[in-house]
Amino acid sequence: MISIEGLSKIFKQDNKQLKAVDNLNLKINQGEIYGIIGYSGAGKSTFVRLLNRLEEPSSGKIFIDKQEITSLKSNELRLARREIGMIFQHFNLLWSRTVKENIAFPLEIAGISKDKREKRVQELIDLVGLSGRENAYPSQLSGGQKQRVGIARALANKPKVLLCDEATSALDPETTNSILELLVDINAKMKLTIILITHEMHVIRKICNRVAVMENGKVVEQGDVLDVFQKPQQAVTKKFVEQVMGNDEDNEMINQLIANSTTGKILRLQFIGESTNQALISEVSRKFNVDINILQGKITQTQHGAFGTLYVQMNGEKEVIEQACQFIVNETSVELEVIENAI
Amino acid sequence: MLSDLFPNVKAEDMIEATYETLYMTILSLIGVIIFGILLGLLLYLTNKNGIWENKYIYQITSAVVNIFRAVPFIILILLLFPFTGFLMGTVRGPNAAIPALIIGSAPFYARLVEIALVEVDKGVVEAAKSMGAKTKTIIFKVLLPESMPALVSGITVTAIALIGYTAMAGVIGAGGLGNRAHYYGFMRRDFDVVVVCTIIIVIIVFIFQFIGDMISKRIDKR
Repeated sequence: MISIEGLSKIFKQDNKQLKAVDNLNLKINQGEIYGIIGYSGAGKSTFVRLLNRLEEPSSGKIFIDKQEITSLKSNELRLARREIGMIFQHFNLLWSRTVKENIAFPLEIAGISKDKREKRVQELIDLVGLSGRENAYPSQLSGGQKQRVGIARALANKPKVLLCDEATSALDPETTNSILELLVDINAKMKLTIILITHEMHVIRKICNRVAVMENGKVVEQGDVLDVFQKPQQAVTKKFVEQVMGNDEDNEMINQLIANSTTGKILRLQFIGESTNQALISEVSRKFNVDINILQGKITQTQHGAFGTLYVQMNGEKEVIEQACQFIVNETSVELEVIENAI
Repeated sequence: MLSDLFPNVKAEDMIEATYETLYMTILSLIGVIIFGILLGLLLYLTNKNGIWENKYIYQITSAVVNIFRAVPFIILILLLFPFTGFLMGTVRGPNAAIPALIIGSAPFYARLVEIALVEVDKGVVEAAKSMGAKTKTIIFKVLLPESMPALVSGITVTAIALIGYTAMAGVIGAGGLGNRAHYYGFMRRDFDVVVVCTIIIVIIVFIFQFIGDMISKRIDKR
């Protein structure tokens, strides 16, 4: 659907060259929600603005739906942009227009007749859940409502792609969630490809299918969200995963438990994908004569099922514990690790 | 009783002079708005990072604007005498003042327009670009509407400066309240005429300010 080949953007400033985007290659599939995460200055915002040429690339090619964006003349580019919706961190609504008029703006640009415009605007207002606020001005709306207007406006001309430039970074956590749910909803309903830029890993976790991690203008790691969460390779990725999963600073508590526990075994259970839905703990303790004591853990949901880690203490007769462990390893997709020594 | 206080003031003369002042102010204001917005847009669009970024056009426009703002208005009128005579066929009366009033005030308003446009959120312009808007659309549907309160208060400030200029133009023969105050008041030592002319001008200024503030407030939805 979208393919990016050797894309670079170099900013020149007083004889200094800054490579904001450095020889970037990426393929994004039709209908997926693709996340790009990185710290500020990583080049992710520049990258997304290259996609509709709000910034002119220094070199490289961009194809969207087989159309080479990078070779379009300015007239053709204007037409192509109507099929690439974009939403912004600071919403960028026209304060002089009402909600309705803001949403109608891209339709005016596309030269759509007044009757059709009004009909389409009403559909969009219903879609993003702003019914009753049609005639309000942006200054009368909350941040979340403003972003809903932004989304409705970006969708007005039925784009093939939606670019989200830090779309939730100015919103509080609760509003962020409702906007993310709206994006997932739109993605499912319209089969719209969404490219989402963020510095928050929980945004990626909640809605993305695949993710690319950017650092210094380069994609340093990419893959399915679940894989990246499970086995982050780069230091920067590990840091992002810690944002959501927490880090191992609580190990001391487990170390102490291990030191104090004379009976049973301490186990680390790694859940990946759908397996989290099984009632594993109760199943094991019912099947085998063991007590399972949950020490610590965190399970989180992604678009492709849940994943997380649980530390448990299993008490019972030695052989039975052995059998229970064998069962977990052989019969479920949960990965098991016996912790003998302090971590 | 009023005729005791102002023995030399004739009501119909004052009404005529007020009419001439308003005539000059409003007609030239229309010219100033048109040329000021055109020049202001040109400055904004050709400036660095503008849509039509062009160093040379910007610097030339900017220089012209600065030169006309630097020349004192009373001298500008004298300088423009030949031009006015050619354009209007006369160098006397309210019509003759209009070219000088426009040329004297449009550069001033152009700067105010430029400032108003710079204040427009760049993100909104960018959003319009991302929707595939033409430059024309960006000018008429984004830049001008979004800067409208500032454009209107700029018009108010300019209009009040224009009223002052009409009085100066009046002194050298353009008619209006300035003319009346100078010839019929000052020259004949009938100072009551000067006082009444002053009062009327102050009232006109107040009215302009009031209307300007009201419109500016009403259109501002921020």
